[in-house]
Amino acid sequence: MRRGLNFVLAIAAGSLLLVACVSDGGGPPESANTSRGPIEVWLSTNPEEVAWGEQVVASWNSQHPDEQVTAQQIPAGKTSEEVIYSSIVAGNAPCVVLNTAPSAVPQFQQAGGLVALDTFPDGDSYVEARTGKEIADQYRSPDGRFYQIPWKVNPVMIFYNKKLFAEAGLDPENPPLATWDEFLQTSRTLVQKGVAPAAIWPAPSSEFFQSWFDYYPMSAARTQQQLVEDGKATFDSPDGVAVGNFWRTMYAEKLAPQEKYNGDSFKDGAAAMASAGPWAIPVYKDTIDWGVVPIPTEDGKPADQIYTFSDEKSLAIYYACEHRLTAWEFVKSATTEAADGELLELTGQMPMRQNLPEVYASYFATHPDYEQFADQAGRVVEVPNVQNSTEIWQTFRNAWTSAVVFDDEPIDKAFADAAARANELLAEE
Amino acid sequence: MTLVRGAKSGSTIEGGLDVEKERWLGRQPIGLLFILPYVIFLIGIFVYPLVVQFVISFYDFFFAAPGADVDRPWVGLQNYADVLQDPTFQRSLFNVFVFMIINVPATVFLSLVLAYALNTKIRGLWFFRGAYYAPYVTASVAIVTVWLFMFGVTGIVNTVLGPLAPDPSWLINSYWAMPMIAIFVTWKQLGFFILLYLAALQNVPNEVYEAADVDGAGAVRKFRSVTVPGVRPATTLVIILATITGMNLFTEPYLLTNGGGPNGASVTPVFYMYQKGVEQGQAGYAAAIGMILLAITLLIALVQRRLLERD
Repeated sequence: MRRGLNFVLAIAAGSLLLVACVSDGGGPPESANTSRGPIEVWLSTNPEEVAWGEQVVASWNSQHPDEQVTAQQIPAGKTSEEVIYSSIVAGNAPCVVLNTAPSAVPQFQQAGGLVALDTFPDGDSYVEARTGKEIADQYRSPDGRFYQIPWKVNPVMIFYNKKLFAEAGLDPENPPLATWDEFLQTSRTLVQKGVAPAAIWPAPSSEFFQSWFDYYPMSAARTQQQLVEDGKATFDSPDGVAVGNFWRTMYAEKLAPQEKYNGDSFKDGAAAMASAGPWAIPVYKDTIDWGVVPIPTEDGKPADQIYTFSDEKSLAIYYACEHRLTAWEFVKSATTEAADGELLELTGQMPMRQNLPEVYASYFATHPDYEQFADQAGRVVEVPNVQNSTEIWQTFRNAWTSAVVFDDEPIDKAFADAAARANELLAEE
Repeated sequence: MTLVRGAKSGSTIEGGLDVEKERWLGRQPIGLLFILPYVIFLIGIFVYPLVVQFVISFYDFFFAAPGADVDRPWVGLQNYADVLQDPTFQRSLFNVFVFMIINVPATVFLSLVLAYALNTKIRGLWFFRGAYYAPYVTASVAIVTVWLFMFGVTGIVNTVLGPLAPDPSWLINSYWAMPMIAIFVTWKQLGFFILLYLAALQNVPNEVYEAADVDGAGAVRKFRSVTVPGVRPATTLVIILATITGMNLFTEPYLLTNGGGPNGASVTPVFYMYQKGVEQGQAGYAAAIGMILLAITLLIALVQRRLLERD
């Protein structure tokens, strides 16, 4: 017995010694900020983006034989953010990820995984000039620095299936979806006529990011506010509760199901509407005759006053990069007016560039499907760039599923409790 | 005399050294060499991470880039205090308790009865053995998909039950979600536990059954009075393993109920640990959950062992 105890203690002591010996190791040298050389970049797994990325990399490599760029898709994982975070911790993150979620930036920044853009003389000015100061400022971190380059935006709007609308006796060219009452009535008509099991089928599950496609677009359309403003949660308000009540009606009347759909409900015809951005156009174009309208508001605001969730993705330069100057130059070359135009052409996603409809007027003239999204791209609300953002979103989502999806508690109480917890987390900063 | 004394004294020293050597290295030191690879494996894969987890549970710890200058202050027992007061953690313990109340007895009963049946000479034995073992060796992801379709709102189960089907449906119903996971896991793991019992049944001597026959015992009596006591060590093992499975429950709430839904009704401690440690980057907090979970599991296993091996 005593021998066994000694053995366990010896192993524990040895392990503790190992723990003590293991440090975080060394990062890249100081000179990395001004160093040039070969770099690695990660692209998203979207086929259209991969095609664009490979084109940009090939073009760069042909002009920079001593600073070759190697591109690969983000390795498989539950989410890209988890894979990127793991690579930051392991010290083998690529130099650039062309698909960094703004909601993950606070966590990556806290982990010391990102390079601030003011490391480069023209870092901040480049972002502000390309995106416009007002929108770009949403992407500044609480310390006032940029750790991401706002890249492309997928403003969330309401897709609808024209064929199903026509079958339900609704005008497919001018569907009544501008106000909440119209949206509810249209939803009732669609379900009662049996053209689809659901009017709309946002995922009702508990993952923290699901609120970006039900609550957040409607909240943005109503208030133009982020989930957190001035260090306080905004959803514990009459506006937030009103959005909750609207969706409660959708769930209570079974116009939106409480069960998650396994697949794409809109593509499969299981739902007559979907909230998505222009990335979805290539997905639906061959199977569905679709139309798109702005997010409905309670009183039917004019379309040019309606805001929505951006569903934006950024570029970021990662701390493990040993040739950061090359990385920065590559980022700039991937976001020139011409490169952004290619991105738009190949993927249909909107570059975060000022005056988008005017800059690419010829593209939108030949692609009218995308015009509304281009117009909407100038009125978007981003996720808040604050510490503990994932936990704040999860706290809100738990309140949402409890009160709105399953009606287990009053919405105002659930939102107030969640806001109190979110405010505690914000105060921890 | 001196020589003799010297010789005596030398042999005493040598004898003492031998005893000391044997005390530390055992009677067959070469055995240590044979177990060394596994000991190294165990230290590297289990002990070292456990000690690291223990250490970081006392810090406001998050994982960071190598070489990054970050602040991770010592917080003492604060993580433990926060975890114990956390309503989601308390809910997850309750959920796991519900799971074990259903899963552990069902696993023991069904696997023993089925092993007993499969130990007899019946037609198509190979088919039944394969059928019970198939779910265990099939990937959870594949089976979960089938269950999602079966127990969905428009699935075959609800279609058959008609108006008797629960609303909301099984996997999104606060009352049914955890029992459904328990039933799923019981069914999926059954093949493995049947195998354990089949092995244990081979050790129950035939003479005991013959004696029971002579005493006029029927099939049920023989099962109760011979088989059940005869496989008691296996039952201890099955109960402890089923308990550990319950405490480590992750895949099913992650896949079957879409992340611990509905409304937290199927959140488990390990799933919560994943949410905190991986999704939210609070490794210190997640480590404290892990240590508390380890302590609870050890305690339950110890109590079970004491109770089951009393005699």
